[in-house]
Amino acid sequence: MTSKISTQSLDHDIPKGTSLWEDALVRLRKNRLSMIGLGFLLFVMIVCLLTPWIAPYGYEEQNLRLGAIPPSMEHWLGTDTFGRDMLTRIMYGGRVSLLVGFIATSVALLIGVTYGAIAGYAGGKTDAFMMRLVDILYALPFMIFIILLMVVFGRNLLLLFLAIGAVEWLVMARIVRGQIQSLRQQEYVEAAISLGLSPAAIIMKHLIPNALGPVIVYTTLTIPNVMLLEAFLSFLGLGIQPPESSWGLLISYGVETMEEYPWLLVFPGLALTTTLFALNFLGDGLRDALDPKASRD
Amino acid sequence: MWRFIGLRSLQAIPVILAVITVTFFLVRAAPGGPFSSEKAVSPQVQAALEAQYRLDQPPLQQYVSYLTDLVQGNMGPSFYYPGRSVDELILQGLPITAELGLYALLIAVIIGSFAGVIAALKPNTMQDYVPMSLAMVGICMPSFLLGPVLVLVFGIMLDWLPVSGWGDSYGDKILPSITLGAMYAAYIARLSRSGMLEVMSQDYLRTARAKGLPESVVILKHALRGGLLPVISYLGPAFAALLSGSFVVETIFQIPGLGRFYVQAAFNRDYTMILGTTVFLSTLIVVFNLLSDIAAAWVNPRLRYQFKK
Repeated sequence: MTSKISTQSLDHDIPKGTSLWEDALVRLRKNRLSMIGLGFLLFVMIVCLLTPWIAPYGYEEQNLRLGAIPPSMEHWLGTDTFGRDMLTRIMYGGRVSLLVGFIATSVALLIGVTYGAIAGYAGGKTDAFMMRLVDILYALPFMIFIILLMVVFGRNLLLLFLAIGAVEWLVMARIVRGQIQSLRQQEYVEAAISLGLSPAAIIMKHLIPNALGPVIVYTTLTIPNVMLLEAFLSFLGLGIQPPESSWGLLISYGVETMEEYPWLLVFPGLALTTTLFALNFLGDGLRDALDPKASRD
Repeated sequence: MWRFIGLRSLQAIPVILAVITVTFFLVRAAPGGPFSSEKAVSPQVQAALEAQYRLDQPPLQQYVSYLTDLVQGNMGPSFYYPGRSVDELILQGLPITAELGLYALLIAVIIGSFAGVIAALKPNTMQDYVPMSLAMVGICMPSFLLGPVLVLVFGIMLDWLPVSGWGDSYGDKILPSITLGAMYAAYIARLSRSGMLEVMSQDYLRTARAKGLPESVVILKHALRGGLLPVISYLGPAFAALLSGSFVVETIFQIPGLGRFYVQAAFNRDYTMILGTTVFLSTLIVVFNLLSDIAAAWVNPRLRYQFKK
């Protein structure tokens, strides 16, 4: 809340105040675990982005004579039973896992923020009705529904994005609605209303930017959830389908042969776990930085 | 309190109805009929089959008769297992999944709240960092990875425990229960830590200490009740998550429970079975959410005011 104090105080020769965002950045920088997490994530993202150019072997490249060999100089993470390079497979799998994480989270973000902002701004009966609906949806066992959707409509990537996004927006809507509800009592919103701004403009220009902190925090914590969900479905054989690959799918292949070739389970497992770790640490750090009052649970 | 229980229970009914309706029409909307196999069936057989499963009726009528049957506890025959009904299959898998879920929940609650409370008693010391780092590992290590790793280490390398089955050999329930419970133990540890930390700074605890109560009484009698409240509210959602977790764990350990039936039904396109299990599991979850809300309101009277006006 530093920003508000500095704008309210008289504007003669006071030292330049730090904005809320600068403040948060300073706090985040001090959190070593979060910074390591952030660095690791950037590394993973860049590697995944550049995979088609930097992968040591081709995605489809098999070497049946080689078979599954443990890590060596030629194949850093070993090869699978078809003689395919594991490092390459994990890099390509990471692309899909991250893509699902980001796109499904964006879907959740879009629906949740819009819905929550409208409910919070409208207030009264509209709000009560909209939030009641969220409560009801929240009580539905969505895991089961996603599996059902995948069975009924076939297993395609787009549907997976939508289904996961459609599940994860509920909490986001609640958070945004709570924020907007308290923000709209403030004088600057009254000023905007009296200036004749449309509700849409007030929500977009004045309310959402001020509610962004908790939204960012929750978004960071949603991505690992989504990635877990994708891996979970792919593990069961209900998510990503070959020839497409993801970390969840690689883990499920690894499980089949883990007695003979444990590295086929260990490396994809490590890739998924460390990325989830990094995201969770970053999320926790962002929460402490942007939303110091929120409880850590 | 009774008012809360009554009104909160009424809320559950539309949810359950919504689940049944959505599931029913989703399954009906599935492309490809249940009998569209490669093998051509004569029209008479096809018609007889459709009549047997009531597929020859208009959808709305099918829905109504499904509801009527459901109220009488009849979920229809399985498409995939000839001669067996869905309720029979559910009743066969239920005790196993319930037992697995119960052990997992016990592990989660006991270990989780113990770790959380221990951590909250001395925040920002090793007593806090060690259990909380373990909890982070538990959250980031999904059951489909933890399970195989446990199998590899304790089942294959050390050869201490059996790696599949349920009640077939001595100790085969240990690994699945730990696999399923671990992640929720981690969540509960984090929840109870933050809950305890919040309560520990409250005035009434200072009062309790000022009265000269011994620290053990302050913690066990006064702090725990408020501090573990978030855990109680979490039990409902945790139960739902445990059920879907059982899909994976039962698949890994080849346990013939409900979760495995569900996943197999999904693969076999056994539509009546999918419909039946979805409705059954969903209702179970809604009921558990209800119970967990009632338990939370019982411990914390302030929550009851949700329905006062």
